[in-house]
Amino acid sequence: MSQSASTMGNEKVTSSRRNFLKTAATLTVATVGYSWLKSSQILVYAAEPKDVTLPWYGIAIDIKKCIACGSCAKACKSENDVPKEPFFFRNWVEQYTVKNDGSVDIVSPNGGIDGFVQRVPDEEIFKSFFVPKMCNHCAKSPCEQVCPVGATFLSPEGVVLVDEKYCIGCRYCVQACPYGCRFIHPVKKVANKCTLCYHRLKKNLAPACMEVCPTGARMYGNLRDKNSDLVKFLKEHTTQVLRANLNTGAKLYYNELSSEVR
Amino acid sequence: MEQHYQNLYDILAHSQGYIFPNEIDLQWGILIVIYPFITGLVAGAFILASLERVFKVKILKPTYQIALLTALSFLLVATMPLISHLSQPQRAYEIMITPHSSSAMAIFGFVYLWYLTVVLLLEIWFDYRKSMVVWSNERKGVMKWVYKILSLGVSDISPKAVKWDRKLGYIITVVGIPSAFILHGYVGFIFGSIKANPWWSTPLMPIIFLFSAMVSGIALVMMVYMIISYIRKKSIDVNVLDSIGKFLFFVLILDFTLEALDQIHRIYVAEESFEIIKLLVSGKLYLTLFVSQGLIGTLIPLITLAFLQFYKHQIKLRKSMYFIVSMLVLIGVYSMRWNVVIGGQLFSKSFSGFTSFKVGLIGLDGTLMAAFWLILPIAILSFLLWLLPPWKMVEEED
Repeated sequence: MSQSASTMGNEKVTSSRRNFLKTAATLTVATVGYSWLKSSQILVYAAEPKDVTLPWYGIAIDIKKCIACGSCAKACKSENDVPKEPFFFRNWVEQYTVKNDGSVDIVSPNGGIDGFVQRVPDEEIFKSFFVPKMCNHCAKSPCEQVCPVGATFLSPEGVVLVDEKYCIGCRYCVQACPYGCRFIHPVKKVANKCTLCYHRLKKNLAPACMEVCPTGARMYGNLRDKNSDLVKFLKEHTTQVLRANLNTGAKLYYNELSSEVR
Repeated sequence: MEQHYQNLYDILAHSQGYIFPNEIDLQWGILIVIYPFITGLVAGAFILASLERVFKVKILKPTYQIALLTALSFLLVATMPLISHLSQPQRAYEIMITPHSSSAMAIFGFVYLWYLTVVLLLEIWFDYRKSMVVWSNERKGVMKWVYKILSLGVSDISPKAVKWDRKLGYIITVVGIPSAFILHGYVGFIFGSIKANPWWSTPLMPIIFLFSAMVSGIALVMMVYMIISYIRKKSIDVNVLDSIGKFLFFVLILDFTLEALDQIHRIYVAEESFEIIKLLVSGKLYLTLFVSQGLIGTLIPLITLAFLQFYKHQIKLRKSMYFIVSMLVLIGVYSMRWNVVIGGQLFSKSFSGFTSFKVGLIGLDGTLMAAFWLILPIAILSFLLWLLPPWKMVEEED
């Protein structure tokens, strides 16, 4: 090696090699250091929380734990003053029944609040499960992107909120949400959606739907805190977000999500 | 409120398959159907006018001012269906004061104002200034002052000044063509950029909107020209119709090709939304897509226009055929707007079911209101034609 350096006849090569090594080492250390510092953010799905002192909320739902009692949907309506009519939900439960012939029967009568009755005869059922749905609090939320006045915004904690005094009611956000999580409040006449019970979070209380879930199928937590229950759960389970192809930066992670669910 | 809930219960009873519970309430109704229809007419009419001016298609001269005034009449109304559709219309101004930069919708107000003030009003003003000064001198009483105010007191009609009017008007037309393209291409982008909706989300959407806009605008000007001539008891120049017809024919071919390309692409790539869209077009949209848009609004006009390219006998028959073609094309483009706006909301984003849509007759977003927003521009046009009659314009001496 040294011979080839000397045969090439100058120190320039050695010096450029030294520089190369230096740069490589710096880059490696920086990358390792950066990943170590940001290790818990691997889960954040391309999100960049601005204020690192605040939590960055995510949600996990363990599908196999959901018993479809509908308590979450019911509690959400009471807590957040959502009209009782079956057209307005911040939170609902869907029942999926995959039949032996491969077809899928999906229902959510009154959002699951009144419970479910299996309408497919037992002998036709291949498998059946329940999927609770709510806002995904996307880090790159399409609803926030399209709001023409900025009435919908992402809070510093990663919660997608609506300023009711500012919303002009154009409904573009309702169109933009791929998960069907938004509606126009029939009384307030502005866009409405899950706030992850922001008013409760601020008091260190769990969102209403999580508070009442009897089986602990839902959890929320700080995605940047690697000791949080949520991050531990995400580490131990293989989770998926809905409609990942749309790159919405969804922060609602489902455990044991079946491919029929959209 | 009770009525609204009752409607929703009815829709729920008629929904098919599974739709997300929040989707039963269809958000954009008939007003949002006529919004792109009206802006399309504006852009199309303006592009036809520009054709005469920039590309010097002399034969179209009788339609030039008609096209500009038609564009203005419809543009003045274009925002009304949008604003009346908002559930907080009193906050509409926020979109101009605090536009959200990432929103495709936020820029509409600015595109609109640019087009209205910089393009249309200025162009019409430069065109009519000399005539308005002359009319102001000829008339007495109120009208004298009306024309004086409209000419903004710029009363110099020396050949030099008039030459400047023409020059500046020309520059505005040149700026106006891309503006017209932007105006309607942009309206297409409002829909095309919604990635959550596979029926809307295609980069072709702005181009399709643009060409269908041109188709509808040209057809409207052709129709208005014929009606005006009829009312004024003047004979319709069939050469003018032939010329507009030829232009309409080519643009319609392009429009049809683009829309067909869009559908062929959908069918061939057959993405996850394919099954639900297949059900949509063969079911709920069958009449408005295949019959109204495809057959009545595209194929029949295309065949008729193709026939008229070489059939040059029987002037009366040709005139009637042009009139019918323009009407059919307008029906077709209106159906296209319907298919995009309403069609895109009929299927669930779960891709597993359909909601249904029932247009009410009364109410702010009912059929009567929509009809009003379509008739109002015609009333405005009649007024403008009375105020600024193109046939009484003072000819420039060349």
